[in-house]
Amino acid sequence: MTMRARFYRAAGAAVQADERVALVLADIGVSALPRHPRVFNVGIREQLMIGVAAGLAMEGYRPVVHSYTPFLVERPYEQVKLDLGHQDVGAVLVSYGASYDGAREGRTHQAPEDIAILSALPGWTLQVPGHPDEAERMLMRALETDDRVYIRLSDEENDESVAGDGLVLLRDGPGPFVIAVGPTLGPTLAATAGLDLTVSYLSTVRPFPAEALRAALRGTDVVIVEPYLSGTSAAEISAALSDRPHRLLSLGVPNAEFRHYGDPQQHRAAHGLDASGIRAAIDRFNDRNRA
Amino acid sequence: MDMATATELGYDDLPALLTRLTGDEKHDWSALSMLEVLWVLYDRVLGTDDRFLLSKGHGPTAFYAVLAAKGVLALELLDGFGTFDSPLGHHPDRLLVPGAEIGSGSLGHGLPIAVGRALAGRGVYVLVGDGELDEGSNWEALQYAGRVGPETLAVVVIDNDSSTYHWPGGIEQRFALEGWHAVRVDGRDHDSLEAAFGDRASGQPVCVVAEMLK
Repeated sequence: MTMRARFYRAAGAAVQADERVALVLADIGVSALPRHPRVFNVGIREQLMIGVAAGLAMEGYRPVVHSYTPFLVERPYEQVKLDLGHQDVGAVLVSYGASYDGAREGRTHQAPEDIAILSALPGWTLQVPGHPDEAERMLMRALETDDRVYIRLSDEENDESVAGDGLVLLRDGPGPFVIAVGPTLGPTLAATAGLDLTVSYLSTVRPFPAEALRAALRGTDVVIVEPYLSGTSAAEISAALSDRPHRLLSLGVPNAEFRHYGDPQQHRAAHGLDASGIRAAIDRFNDRNRA
Repeated sequence: MDMATATELGYDDLPALLTRLTGDEKHDWSALSMLEVLWVLYDRVLGTDDRFLLSKGHGPTAFYAVLAAKGVLALELLDGFGTFDSPLGHHPDRLLVPGAEIGSGSLGHGLPIAVGRALAGRGVYVLVGDGELDEGSNWEALQYAGRVGPETLAVVVIDNDSSTYHWPGGIEQRFALEGWHAVRVDGRDHDSLEAAFGDRASGQPVCVVAEMLK
């Protein structure tokens, strides 16, 4: 079952079991969710979707808002900033589509910028699950709080879920400290097979685990592999290590208009986020270190 | 509504409160487009469990004056209007202003939030301006609300013809077309305003266009 299917199953059960939970939709996902008095489909009106969620939160509900990534995050960005953030009310935003799940749909349905622009708003917990188990766990935890939480679902997923929160160390070695975010873990593990370096996993990217990175990092070289806009977490890492000499390689989706269709695997490869692309980038990074 | 009663003042006290806010003693306060509607709402209409959302957050002196007159705001807060440590800014912040249900300033946010609160069953009154209705987010909200009909929702439109391209035929016709119970009244006539807010139709939100034409 995909992350998206797991979300629909879990959210549908939550709205029936917990009278605080309300779902707010803009046509997307309606057919996969139960008809219920607290499932509000506002039609193709994303600004209203966020505003309604804010109003419900002011009345004590725990709104879960869901749409395709660009229509959830980018189109109603000012509503996210003001209706939720400035009004200081909580909601769980759950997106689907990630950076290039909609490869065939083209640029209008792709939002590799989502984490970067949400990072610009204070007070958000930003989560990038790499497996359906993680996605469901994040949703259930978010429902227990009144926080502002964003959960980024994707068709891309790792073979296995990772238990534990924060920065999870998976392999230890003297080479660069590699951070794989969400669904980049699979190709990152394949890319680094046989390399003597550290591999860690991160699925809650904001707040960024600065102290955990400082505690775990023994050398100077950091590689972060993010499934969204390249460099999104570079400033966080720079701030975390501001008193230490360090080098950083940020891998992610380039900041460019990418005018190709095809399938997500082709986009992943084109962005250098498949195993061979990640390996080549790490090799170049290591070569420059030796030069 | 958490209204203290200790310092409750009357309509005739509002000019002095406005002067206290702005330091301006010569202004014709009756020209403030929101003042009459706000007074009617707070003096005659709002019930204990109702909420008022000021969507048109521009020029909130009338709002602060009415809150102060009703004892929601301490009178001494009026003196620091707009200063660094004052909770009263040129656009209200709900975390700073007692009685402000939403922070507003960027136009077109109050009505969608009000729809959400009305869907939860709350009695909600939201004030927008005719110029504010240029913002498309309002139309997402009023179309949806007109169809699903939360009858605890009331919108008052302050119509001082400030929309650059105007609303030919009248704003109320557009609300009515979308399924609202919509009426136009003289925005300076307190009795007419009160009657309009009380004139509810089953299964429909209500829109009161308060005409404030110069």
